[in-house]
Amino acid sequence: MLEASEMTAPHPWVPTPFVVLSRKSETPDTITLVLAPQGKPRTLSFRPGQFNMLYVFGVGEAAISISGDAQVRDRYTHTIRTVGKVTQALHEVGEGDIVGVRGPYGSGWPVAEAHGQDVVIVAGGLGLPPLRPVLYEMIRHRDRYGRIEVIYGARTPKDLVHYDEIQGWRAHPDLRFQTTVDTAGREWYGDVGVVTTRLPDTRFEPGRTVAFLCGPEIMMKLTAQALVARGIPSESIWLSLERNMKCAVGICGHCQLGPDFVCRNGPVFRYHDIERFFAVREL
Amino acid sequence: MRLADHRFFRGMDEEFVAGLSEKAYERSFDTGSLLVREGDSADEFLLIFSGKAALEIVLPARPSVTLQTVGPGEVLGWSWLIAPHRWRFDARALKPTRALGLAAYHLRSVLNERPAEGYRFLLRLLPVVAQRLENANLQLLDLHGV
Repeated sequence: MLEASEMTAPHPWVPTPFVVLSRKSETPDTITLVLAPQGKPRTLSFRPGQFNMLYVFGVGEAAISISGDAQVRDRYTHTIRTVGKVTQALHEVGEGDIVGVRGPYGSGWPVAEAHGQDVVIVAGGLGLPPLRPVLYEMIRHRDRYGRIEVIYGARTPKDLVHYDEIQGWRAHPDLRFQTTVDTAGREWYGDVGVVTTRLPDTRFEPGRTVAFLCGPEIMMKLTAQALVARGIPSESIWLSLERNMKCAVGICGHCQLGPDFVCRNGPVFRYHDIERFFAVREL
Repeated sequence: MRLADHRFFRGMDEEFVAGLSEKAYERSFDTGSLLVREGDSADEFLLIFSGKAALEIVLPARPSVTLQTVGPGEVLGWSWLIAPHRWRFDARALKPTRALGLAAYHLRSVLNERPAEGYRFLLRLLPVVAQRLENANLQLLDLHGV
């Protein structure tokens, strides 16, 4: 039997309680939660592209990318779509509620590698939130990058997340942000078509371009292939994979992809290193 | 607007493009107007230079659905090439749109008479068809909804 003084939280296994500071509804099935440590404020840090394990007490845990600004050091922002039991429970929390947080985990987007380069960012569906910290960083230090082209695709206009913020990015004088949806009714005056249909219209110097992709894997695969066809080396294309992550520290094996664990070695990978796995059926 | 400046014709035989240019004509469409209407005779090949058009499928008893938008550097379709030469969708201008048109009967005739150039022309058009097919496949899979 352990004494109370010996029962310290064995990080990284035990979630830390966080308070829900705010809850914003993005779409009917997607929310953004802002979370801060319960009790005494403390400094938090993460790299764009990393994720936390969010725990709803009595329900379970889910890996959720951090979608906020990495320079805001006292809170985490997470954008969450309801796809299962845990995310449904997260959807139901309100301001003041407590959730558990473990993290941050995983590799981040290699933002420094994009210094001095043109940047192509392609996000599909809920692939935008993990790239949102990259956009904050690049806009904050705009002079460090060449041309920045962003393409964001969603299923329908109603599925676009961070919609108000997108309007600001679209109006940014030194950033090209294209939005497209897979299908739409007549009320939509924007582009319609999967994200790859927007690629021919993007401008970049292939030999000095870094690309960041996040979204459904088939979307990333087709986008990466199209970018390689445009001359961007596969070593300069990065993508974030979403697999069934459980432990988040590379032990349980649920998210194994070839020799890698997505939670530990990813979720951000160089396309060159994982391209072959896209050809493996049912992997 | 010059035919040779359009992405579709970029890099093609200059003399061939110049010959087609002589027959090209300008078209402009106000926001909301139809570039083509489903079922109408597909009698021209339209190359978009500015603006944006929605390719809409007309559904019985339901509002139209936009399948894809086309903008500068893109072409409208291939119904003009394939019998019975009828448009299979509506194309509606989402903003003021300018295009160059080539009469279908003339273009088909030129492509028939110059099979080598006709082949290269088809090699330009086929990726448009393939892209639309891929787009349709991905829409059908509804990947974002997963």
